[in-house]
Amino acid sequence: MTSSSSFPPAAGARIISLGGYQPANVVTNDDLSARVDTSDEWIRSRVGIISRRYAGPDETVADMAVVAGGKALAGSGLSPADIDLVIVATCSTEVPIPNTSAMVAYRLGIVTPGAYDLNAACAGFCYALANASDAVRAGTARHVLVIGAEKMTAWIDPDDRSTSIIFADGAGAAVVGPVADGEPAGIGPVVWGSAGDMADKIAIPNRRSYMYQEGQAVFRWATTTMHPIAAQACERAGVAVSDLSAFVPHQANLRIIEAIARKLGVPRERLADDIVHSGNTSSASVPLALARMTEHGDLKSGSPALLLGFGAGMCYAAQVITVP
Amino acid sequence: MTDQEILAGLGEIVEEIAGVPADEVTPSKSFVDDLDIDSLSMVEIAVAAQDKFGVEIPDDQLKDLTTVQDVVNFVAKNAGDSA
Repeated sequence: MTSSSSFPPAAGARIISLGGYQPANVVTNDDLSARVDTSDEWIRSRVGIISRRYAGPDETVADMAVVAGGKALAGSGLSPADIDLVIVATCSTEVPIPNTSAMVAYRLGIVTPGAYDLNAACAGFCYALANASDAVRAGTARHVLVIGAEKMTAWIDPDDRSTSIIFADGAGAAVVGPVADGEPAGIGPVVWGSAGDMADKIAIPNRRSYMYQEGQAVFRWATTTMHPIAAQACERAGVAVSDLSAFVPHQANLRIIEAIARKLGVPRERLADDIVHSGNTSSASVPLALARMTEHGDLKSGSPALLLGFGAGMCYAAQVITVP
Repeated sequence: MTDQEILAGLGEIVEEIAGVPADEVTPSKSFVDDLDIDSLSMVEIAVAAQDKFGVEIPDDQLKDLTTVQDVVNFVAKNAGDSA
């Protein structure tokens, strides 16, 4: 039997380039206060968000994924024909069929790639990045476009102040490819898992309902169980927490990620806090934060950054990457 | 563990998490109304109390613990059960 690999296996994978997209509509805390019983002060103190972006009524998950993916592709110096696999991490598509990734690939001019959507909720991008790294290392793909894209507002009750103040829309993307011969891997081993016994804590109960979450239970779970996962990812990558240039966790809630950073021993100034002006964009939040930080020159190329996704399911995944 | 020891330990926790001076954490104070502590900080306090006293305070019980004395009583009662 011949090998099923399409390409020579790679010693390791790396992120080549990043891209982000945020919808134009900026929604402030005062905008929300006009609709539900809340206030700018209350929202800032509970979740740390000052403003967030909402997609337009006709703007889809695929539309946002195409823009972010297109930017990452342009930054990679590759042509669409070089991409063999497209993975879109999302949990908020308007419809489950057809899959978003195939449509996004087509719109970007990527012809006949492997294409699938991946739902690990807010951990989705970190799961997809692990899949992409494995595909490159195994030789089932040479270059992978990984996108996290979400229109969370499609599933949020605008009158529910426990969710409407937190969730938002956007997309982030990364092009993943092999490292050069002799270079160390730029995507470290993933530490992942799930806690299905708590799956009812964040859920959309049926197709006619909105999303809800039990804030206190999620807060307790995230602030007590995620820092050891993050620490393990550093250990497996052989990187000391003190050597990280940045900790880029899923932008769930500023207080959750500050607590995780504190327990992990990451100084506040190295914690990504993109949530302040982006809100919680689920699987888009990690690549969006990464893309914005690299654009603003906040991340040093070649330095190690720790990613951590966590959310519904309750799925989680962490890995150390080398900043492109 | 005496009530006084629990109170002192709780004061340290509240000071660390919410920035309220430990000596203001007195038995009759209400967490929400007097100490200005919100529900998420209460969860953090419960988690820290578990680490310190070895007593788990579940979310469904936490909502009924409104004063400092309520928490001291809960810890004292449940620490006694597990001893």
